[in-house]
Amino acid sequence: MSAPPDGKIRCDACPVLCYIKPGMSGACDRYANENGELVRVDPHILLERTVSGGGTVVPFLEGGGDWDGDLIRASNPFVTAIGAGTTYPDYKPAPFIVSSKVDGVDMVTVVTEGIYSYCGVKVKIDTDRFIGPERSLVRADGEPVGHVMTGEYGSQMLSLGGVNHLTHGGKKEGRVTCEVLMDLCNGKAVELNVDDGATLIVQAGQPPIVNGETEARMRVGCGSATIGMFAKQWHGKVDEVVVVDDHITGVLSEHQAGKMLDIRETGIRMKGRRSTPGRYFHVAQPGSGWGGTDITDPLEIVAGFNPDKAWPGMTLLMVSTTGEQHAFFRLDERLNPVETPLPADLRRSVELISENCEPALCSVLFMAGAGGSLRAGVTENPVRLTRSVKDALTTVTAGGAPVYVWPGGGITFMVDVLALPENAFGYVPTPALVAPIEFTMTLADYAALGGHLDHIRPLDDILDEESGRQVTQSPAITALRRAGA
Amino acid sequence: MRDAPQHALLADGRLHLQHGPIDLIIETFGADVEIIKAHRAAIRRFDPVLGELCSELEALRRQARPGLSVVSGPVARRMEAAVVPFAADHFITPMAAVAGAVADAILAAMAEAATLEKAYVNNGGDIALLLSPTARFSAAMIGDPGKGEVVGIARIDGRSPVRGIATSGRHGRSFSRGIADAVTVLAQSAAEADAAATIIANAVDLPGHPAVTRQQACDLDPQSDLGNRLVTIALGPLRRSEIEDALANGLAMAEHLKRSGLIEAASLHLSGTTLATDASTDRPFRLQEAAIHA
Repeated sequence: MSAPPDGKIRCDACPVLCYIKPGMSGACDRYANENGELVRVDPHILLERTVSGGGTVVPFLEGGGDWDGDLIRASNPFVTAIGAGTTYPDYKPAPFIVSSKVDGVDMVTVVTEGIYSYCGVKVKIDTDRFIGPERSLVRADGEPVGHVMTGEYGSQMLSLGGVNHLTHGGKKEGRVTCEVLMDLCNGKAVELNVDDGATLIVQAGQPPIVNGETEARMRVGCGSATIGMFAKQWHGKVDEVVVVDDHITGVLSEHQAGKMLDIRETGIRMKGRRSTPGRYFHVAQPGSGWGGTDITDPLEIVAGFNPDKAWPGMTLLMVSTTGEQHAFFRLDERLNPVETPLPADLRRSVELISENCEPALCSVLFMAGAGGSLRAGVTENPVRLTRSVKDALTTVTAGGAPVYVWPGGGITFMVDVLALPENAFGYVPTPALVAPIEFTMTLADYAALGGHLDHIRPLDDILDEESGRQVTQSPAITALRRAGA
Repeated sequence: MRDAPQHALLADGRLHLQHGPIDLIIETFGADVEIIKAHRAAIRRFDPVLGELCSELEALRRQARPGLSVVSGPVARRMEAAVVPFAADHFITPMAAVAGAVADAILAAMAEAATLEKAYVNNGGDIALLLSPTARFSAAMIGDPGKGEVVGIARIDGRSPVRGIATSGRHGRSFSRGIADAVTVLAQSAAEADAAATIIANAVDLPGHPAVTRQQACDLDPQSDLGNRLVTIALGPLRRSEIEDALANGLAMAEHLKRSGLIEAASLHLSGTTLATDASTDRPFRLQEAAIHA
């Protein structure tokens, strides 16, 4: 690269030798002039790990400084595989095999981007609202991209992608699935529709939006647990409390916690099926109303009051498991509940429920398997890499982020997409996702598992060099788009 | 330090070759052993091609002149030959056919080395085709690549003389002097289609219209072969009649080139409206408007 006057620079990355004006890119759209510096627009990325664990991302071409090669621990840059490129199938070694020293031990990091036909995401949506029946198809743009999995604590799970949607379904199904996965992994918002269920907007690290309503909080616990947690707060301030919850609705006077406090029976008759005293299943249908049920009027779940037990003037608090909905009633002479303003001391208890609810978020874990050909880019003997990972001799990271490697065969891992640098995921039109993966081990272990020793390059080379990158990003579509030069 | 030419076999069997500004997607159909031969030949031809072109880059960026060849490399000659028919009436440099000519050259190398039923080399939208008489090829035509809307389908079968497809317009990586969103041309080679698409796209224009923002090419790219000529950088809203006028200007050019035997067909797209030279169905190629807007 040389620098003639007027801020233009001459790129020498290829024989075209473009003069590039500041703020413009060269003929290839891969290199650009950023304030007089030649930068790669699709750079490798170095992760500067900070002690606080926050981590900042610096472009590959910015000077790396002295690096002692600390790969996993704090305060040092880490060569990620983002932008490293790969070949598929890997009949040749991974694009970067980097050697360095850590505490006097020679370390090797094999840096590559995996093309994953076997991949998907597991999405945890913090909501008790009904999003759709378990096993229902989840669609994007009308195409099936996954299904509703199990209900978990305060949340609903989706499983999206996987090889059956990516490559075994229709062409559009594969393409749409690939787009959904890539957008979710790159932290973008995606609209999903559940068959016989809700419309969801899902974005990693953001609150879910269910049928147009943004979920603010996770419930503090099920209705019964909420009774247990707050019984003492209510004791003496109100005669009866019903915590409305689609899972288990709790009734204070019947609940074990109420009995312990000698709370008087109120004769309230609940709808639904009583499980154990003070705990009711199926008081209503699931929905996006109170406590994940479909009700908007809480009295819908109260069948009536036993006149032998209830009394005029008796007070009743009904509240949802997040405290977002609440209503206060007083029984009239004929034992009909009449809504009245919530007294200040009870308001405090409702606020306490709300305060104890954590923010509702969507979390997205990318799950993929490093297949035989990817492993062949690391070693001539792929199964040894698997064993080395299982024996904890080789550390696996994805874009520098820690991964969980599944027990069992192969190298199937999961990683929180928010732990990777921005836009770390790409795709190829197969369709399949492209994601960074790094294997780090001692040089001796690398030699033992049949590594491509003749392709190891010193770290300094990687930091200094602007070339040798293997790029396989395909044009987004083979659209008809240009002519001439 | 230079980036070396890159070769990657995509998981679906297509070959991706990239070097500097050249990005090729290649797909071949035939016996496995023939496909491997074709891929090897493509890579062998591809690796030196950018260097060859760059050694004559200055000459390739100059106005072509009929009857006066100033370049010597085989791909450069192909580029020159494709633009010369336009040189008397238009400003055009061999660079207007670079993408198509590279696609043609790689395809020719594959065809020579292997027996294939069908193959294509797609160089960023400029496509060279190899089709046996029974093979067919169809390509979706995109109006505005930013929107990705399919505005039509080009269907070609092996009995037709069409062996090249190219698209030009103001959204592409190269500059356009006209206002067309996209002009897709079918011709006997990708280089010829490439050059003609440039000419037709330039003709889809409303000279002097206030909705068209233009800038000198050299201000945008100091090395542009267009020098200080104005190129379109933005287009405001147009009235229906203006869209039709601009397309009619382009279509007249396309019909003229077709009568001259330089192209087989063209489809012109501007602001949601498409016109084509030939929509008849009794020919072995046709351009049709998309039934479905994807």
